[in-house]
Amino acid sequence: MLEVKDLHVTVEGKEILKGLSLTIQPGEVHAIMGPNGAGKSTLSAVIAGKDGYEVTSGTITFEGKDVLEMDIEERACAGLLLGFQYPVEIPGVKNIYLLKAALNAQRAARGEDEMPAPDFMKLVREKIKFMKMDSSFLQRAVNEGFSGGEKKRNEILQMLLLQPKLAMLDEIDSGLDIDAMKVVADGVNSLRDANRAILMVTHYQRLLDHIVPDVVHVLVDGRIVKTGGKELALELESRGYEWVLEESAA
Amino acid sequence: MSDEQTFLDALSARGTRRGAEPTWIAARRQAGAARFEALGFPTRRDEAFKYTDVRTIARGDFTLAQDAQDLAPLSPATAAALTLPLEALRLTFVDGIFAPELSDLAALPAGVSVEPLSEALADNHEAVGGALGRLAGVDFSPFTALNTAFAEEGAVIRLAPGSVVETPILVQFLSRANATPLMSHPRVLIEAGARSQATVIEHQVGEEEAANFSNLVSEVMLERGAILTHYKLQEASLKDLHVSSLHIDQGRDSRFTSFNLNLGGSLVRNDIVADLNAQGAETNYYGLFFAQGRQHVDNHTLVNHNAPHTFSNENYKGILGDRAHGVFNGKVVVRRDSQKIEAHQSNANLLLSDRAEIDTKPELEIYADDVKCSHGATTGQLDEEAIFALRARGIGEETARGLLTLAFAGEVMEQVVLDAVAERVERTVAGKLPERFNLAGLVEVAAALDEE
Repeated sequence: MLEVKDLHVTVEGKEILKGLSLTIQPGEVHAIMGPNGAGKSTLSAVIAGKDGYEVTSGTITFEGKDVLEMDIEERACAGLLLGFQYPVEIPGVKNIYLLKAALNAQRAARGEDEMPAPDFMKLVREKIKFMKMDSSFLQRAVNEGFSGGEKKRNEILQMLLLQPKLAMLDEIDSGLDIDAMKVVADGVNSLRDANRAILMVTHYQRLLDHIVPDVVHVLVDGRIVKTGGKELALELESRGYEWVLEESAA
Repeated sequence: MSDEQTFLDALSARGTRRGAEPTWIAARRQAGAARFEALGFPTRRDEAFKYTDVRTIARGDFTLAQDAQDLAPLSPATAAALTLPLEALRLTFVDGIFAPELSDLAALPAGVSVEPLSEALADNHEAVGGALGRLAGVDFSPFTALNTAFAEEGAVIRLAPGSVVETPILVQFLSRANATPLMSHPRVLIEAGARSQATVIEHQVGEEEAANFSNLVSEVMLERGAILTHYKLQEASLKDLHVSSLHIDQGRDSRFTSFNLNLGGSLVRNDIVADLNAQGAETNYYGLFFAQGRQHVDNHTLVNHNAPHTFSNENYKGILGDRAHGVFNGKVVVRRDSQKIEAHQSNANLLLSDRAEIDTKPELEIYADDVKCSHGATTGQLDEEAIFALRARGIGEETARGLLTLAFAGEVMEQVVLDAVAERVERTVAGKLPERFNLAGLVEVAAALDEE
């Protein structure tokens, strides 16, 4: 469903991704791990269309379409959704409005009508309950004054409502205590099905105890240097990244 | 011929056509004309007009609608398209001339009188003469002097003590696309008796190609405990020139709330001056100015805390795009013995383009020592991170920008009670949104579901 081929990306003139390739099939959960500065966050940011990243060569296709030719909102409407590492606060825009405007935009892109308000509220209520969030969050400005954990839950709440085909989660575990981690993981796991895929970027093995990946990639210095099963994450946890580097250099 | 002389000539020509008037009116006209002649149009050397160049007005050749030839009547369809869609007591002026066919005062409740100035003068000119000009003398500015010299039409609203008017009183000034540019000098007088309560809307709106000059002066007197909400919705055409001053005199425990919402006009200057003359008086200024293209909008506000235990609060938001120019000058003066007063003021501006300009100046003059005052001004751009975050959820860029622009105006717009007014502002500021931004209905559903 997602195919990244030999992707080179520079940020402010500095090459961050140096020939990254990655294929994700429907139903799979992929984890990308790696040391700081390896380019983990860059990959999901480029796929989502964030400004400031220059793709110098390589391709990204999603369900056969050239992602790099699509506008940011087109990518989201196509089912590519990024859960932010640092969700931005949007003063004055109510959470409920973001949810409704986003859902309506995505439905409109699929040629569907707006969801009637009562159905929408029922759906939101079900999802917010699942994320163990108080419904007062709906009427607050997006992320404004939310704690770190609340912001992350809010990201997953949006995912649950928008039901992306490929959910990309950028360090969704950072700043979470164990209870919040479980709630977030439950949310992500509820998205898992045969037609959907998940791409997680993380620093820590801990998250992968809760969201068990099918494939683990090690990203070092802008390239994927090793790919394995979930056991690779455990190995990285106990042995660090050095051995992978040595192995790949050899 | 000097710029001023053109106006003085128009005045004397009008004088001969108009015929005899009560002595006091003639005397005031003369005083206004003399003062205008002495002051002349302000220039940018005048501190109060430092950022606003009024030469397009001064050099204009405007005819009074009363003296213009061959003016076709405004079609009811055009008028209907311009008017605010809300239930209201309506008083309509077309280029300064009272339009009874576009007015509707049938549902006036007891204790309330709403009349065109011409009728109020014909009924009992002495009753008008006592109040008119009490707050806005000829010395306030060359424009009030000019208004005093020309004024013959406008609105007189009187609320008897204790009367409460639920239905808003809408005074609308329609500006038409005429062959010759017209000018009007309307005068509004509002006398709110003790414990009376009402909402008054002054609405400037007109045909798209209208290029007229209107010079409005409004005087508002609030007796003890009166509560008045005043909307000024300025949606004039992008070629119209508009100058206004609003003067408020507040008695004990009275409350005045102003919504000064500026969307239209090529050159706009508003002055608002409130005198809090007795304890317990409260005034709230909410303002929003939105300008694009080469629009210029200047808001000067002043609150005089003339008595102890008075309260003022001001929040102005400016949104400027293209090469628009905004000016905000907010002044608070606390008199020497006005202890225990509270005065808060804030002005935030959003620049949507690199070439837009804002000149903002909060001024505090405090001569008392036991007061609580705050003021602040900020200027910024739309948060690109937030735009990305919205687009990354599938929301189109234009909608995302519109949403954030409206969110910026939120603090002011949240206070606007009249939906018909809020909608006009939202549509202009945010462009076409997929649905109403105001989600009151949706939020109610959320609350209802919560209670299950």
